[in-house]
Amino acid sequence: MRVGIDVGGTHTDAVLMAGTTVLASVKTATTLDVTGGIVTALERLLAAPGIDHTAVDGVMIGTTHFTNALVTGRHLAPTAVIRLALPATAALPPMVDWPPRLVAALRPSIHLCHGGHEFDGRPIAPLDPGELRRVAAEIGRRGIGSVAISSVFSPVSAEMEETAAGILLDELPGLHISLSHQIGRVGLLERENATIVNACLRDLADDIVAAFTAALRAVGVTAPLYLSQNDGTLMDAEFTRRYPVRTFASGPTNSMRGAAFLADRPDCAVVDIGGTTTDVGVLAGGYPRQATGEVDIGGVRVNFRMPDVLSVGLGGGSRVTRDPELEIGPDSVGYRLTREALVFGGQVLTATDLAVAAGLADIGDPARVRHLDRDLVERGIEWMTRRVADLVDRMRVSATPLPVVLVGGGSVLIPADLPGVPSVHRPEHHAVANAIGAAIGQIGGDVDGLYTITASRTRADVLEEARAEAIDRAVAAGAAPGTVEVKEVDEVHVAYLPGNAVRVRVKAVGELALVPSGEDGRWATS
Amino acid sequence: MGYELTMAALRDLAEGAAVLGTGGGGDPYVGRLLVEQQLRAGRQIRIVQAEELPDDALVLPCALMGAPTVFWEKLPGPQGIVNAMRALEAHLGRRAAATMPIECGGFNSMIPLLLGAETGLPVVDADGMGRAFPELQMETFAVLGVPGSPMSIASDHGDTGIIDAVDNRRMEWLARAMTVQMGGSAYICDYPMDAATVRRTAVPRTLTLATRIGATLREAREEHRNPFEALTEMLTDTIYSYGVVLFQGKVADIDRRTVDGFARGRVRLTAMADPDDTMEIVFQNEHLVARRNGDPVAIVPDLICTLNSETGAPVTTEALTYGQRLTVYAISTPEIMRSPEALACFGPPGFGLDEPYVPVERLAGRTGPPVRLPAAP
Repeated sequence: MRVGIDVGGTHTDAVLMAGTTVLASVKTATTLDVTGGIVTALERLLAAPGIDHTAVDGVMIGTTHFTNALVTGRHLAPTAVIRLALPATAALPPMVDWPPRLVAALRPSIHLCHGGHEFDGRPIAPLDPGELRRVAAEIGRRGIGSVAISSVFSPVSAEMEETAAGILLDELPGLHISLSHQIGRVGLLERENATIVNACLRDLADDIVAAFTAALRAVGVTAPLYLSQNDGTLMDAEFTRRYPVRTFASGPTNSMRGAAFLADRPDCAVVDIGGTTTDVGVLAGGYPRQATGEVDIGGVRVNFRMPDVLSVGLGGGSRVTRDPELEIGPDSVGYRLTREALVFGGQVLTATDLAVAAGLADIGDPARVRHLDRDLVERGIEWMTRRVADLVDRMRVSATPLPVVLVGGGSVLIPADLPGVPSVHRPEHHAVANAIGAAIGQIGGDVDGLYTITASRTRADVLEEARAEAIDRAVAAGAAPGTVEVKEVDEVHVAYLPGNAVRVRVKAVGELALVPSGEDGRWATS
Repeated sequence: MGYELTMAALRDLAEGAAVLGTGGGGDPYVGRLLVEQQLRAGRQIRIVQAEELPDDALVLPCALMGAPTVFWEKLPGPQGIVNAMRALEAHLGRRAAATMPIECGGFNSMIPLLLGAETGLPVVDADGMGRAFPELQMETFAVLGVPGSPMSIASDHGDTGIIDAVDNRRMEWLARAMTVQMGGSAYICDYPMDAATVRRTAVPRTLTLATRIGATLREAREEHRNPFEALTEMLTDTIYSYGVVLFQGKVADIDRRTVDGFARGRVRLTAMADPDDTMEIVFQNEHLVARRNGDPVAIVPDLICTLNSETGAPVTTEALTYGQRLTVYAISTPEIMRSPEALACFGPPGFGLDEPYVPVERLAGRTGPPVRLPAAP
């Protein structure tokens, strides 16, 4: 059996699953402390008679803790940043495009050092061990425990980042080191930013992992802990300590994957309608499509993989405006729905009131919306239906219509048929789709690198090399060998350069090899 | 004399330059950060008209050569472009009075601003491409007889070189090879000329044009106006007098290949209302020709821009993905870019296209149903 937990801003949801069957699910309030909501959810989930705590093989948690820390600027550790690039790049030092409030929160110690590579793998300058030892002394003097290292074109050659990490660890054993080639892709500032974000979350990651582990112990579960990553795969506790940034946006990803799983549709659009917003994403082969460009998190421009989600202000609490023309949202009464909506005796006409008046939902007191103009109700429902259908259409990647899976508390707002959509499913357990998404997580491996094609190294060789590397990485991360499949291969050529430089991205995914906890020391080196 | 570039105008200029990149030219983001650093440090950037300079004032146009992917990784800086300028000054035995862009579209709009800030030299409000083009000989300067050589080239390491080629094509070819050796990006100064020659051979007021395009899109967003109508209105009093929405639709198919360092390919859009109504754009780094239901509606050197249908924000060929809602917007080029000599250099034959050049104002609207502009969002 597996337990899936999703810790959101307001709710903590949990499910217990045996294989593909949902045995139990609970929804509780998220608490201010890290563990309270999780302990409550686990206790209620496992309280049912006949459930053997020792039969739980793994607990998978998706959490917004790390995203919130960056957005609010709290719990961020002082961080050192080392860029290996001199004599190049000095005009734009690390964190040049960060919001000042976050720079103040990190109190960074920034160092530009010699090193880095050209696009074709030639070194820009050799690494200078003496220079790095002087930086280590400064980091030690300032008592900083976490460092981000970036090197120009490290997606082509990771060698300098790794060598520099070794030199620093010799000087400062126990230093937490985040290497940019393991976190982001080509685009130095954005990759470096993501690495710094990771580095400043490592202390918090230690705390969160310890708190989650304690929560499991408190309810008598000894199974290993896994956290959801933003691509829908899992990482173990030790990996989470090293790569907390990978939890960013795991919430929408889990919700989408859970929905697709419940509806048994690996290729579909998922529409998640909540109280304030509607999120639409697209799954291919059970995994969310990734955003292609840079993404902005809390004002920091990063380029690591994130799900491509379209979000608009339409939900159960959306206010209905009649003048000058009918419009629903983006303003919402939010959590005050149960006080302010008409069906709850309030004064605000909301999307929920329209759904109740139209007979689509049974919420609150239907008598309170019986007076509403029939024409207004009809036009309102049609407005929302068209809006959602349009969002789905915008996310489509080909002319082939996509089935839609509808989840979330606000999914009652629209009727079960959408224009231009072949089928709409509203599966059972849809309210806890995000926790189910966490529970069904697999293990993945990614490659994103720049390769040069030559006479002795053909395009086929390069692609094969990248595929093998992705599979190796999935196995190293804990996938059962033999179950790993390549899910995505993407190649983009590099413009304005003669010669054949190509950027290859490969994603491989396999089943989690469940091992007893405590035996997994693969990531304990730094 | 001239005007000083403010931080706000710089942001508008960068977005407008991306529109003038016509799908290529590289995202100006990193270049904009470099110039912002200069303004924050208290340095000033003065934009001047060529008419404000004495006839014999030496103008050294400048640029970054190579792959934008490299610029985003091995971030450029002011020292390289200063080194390139000093090397050419030393070779010529004269000091520069001003710099200017060779290419106002995309990333290269930012490099002369960086050099101007670093050296205090004014930046002439003009360029030699009036948009973005992939090669150094594709310049109005070249078309009107100005030799690109001697040119200087500099690396991030402090190396500099002078290329004195027998013609502009060979200059491009030699400089490209050195750029690869320098790590895929190099700082260059070429087409050294006096201000009188700039007045005769450059496309005037293109930095101001880029700034106005960026400001128009920004204001349209702020005021919830239709950005394309605003753009068309703005262009009427410029030498790029005609702007038109060629098509609005969704990316249905995209095919990309790299041939000799060029990102070649084509993108097909289908109209929202009628899936049989399609537009195909062929690109080689920049967009070259747009065909609606098989018939050309705009062709190089007229500008074919792919813009986000909601915001008007430019979308480069590298960022094109399935399902995007795009507005294909064409802008007519000024007369200086439409002479037979200009068209031979950077018109359809310059890119191996068989179709004849027909100005966009005559082509657009000739085929298919007229494009209806949606109501302002």
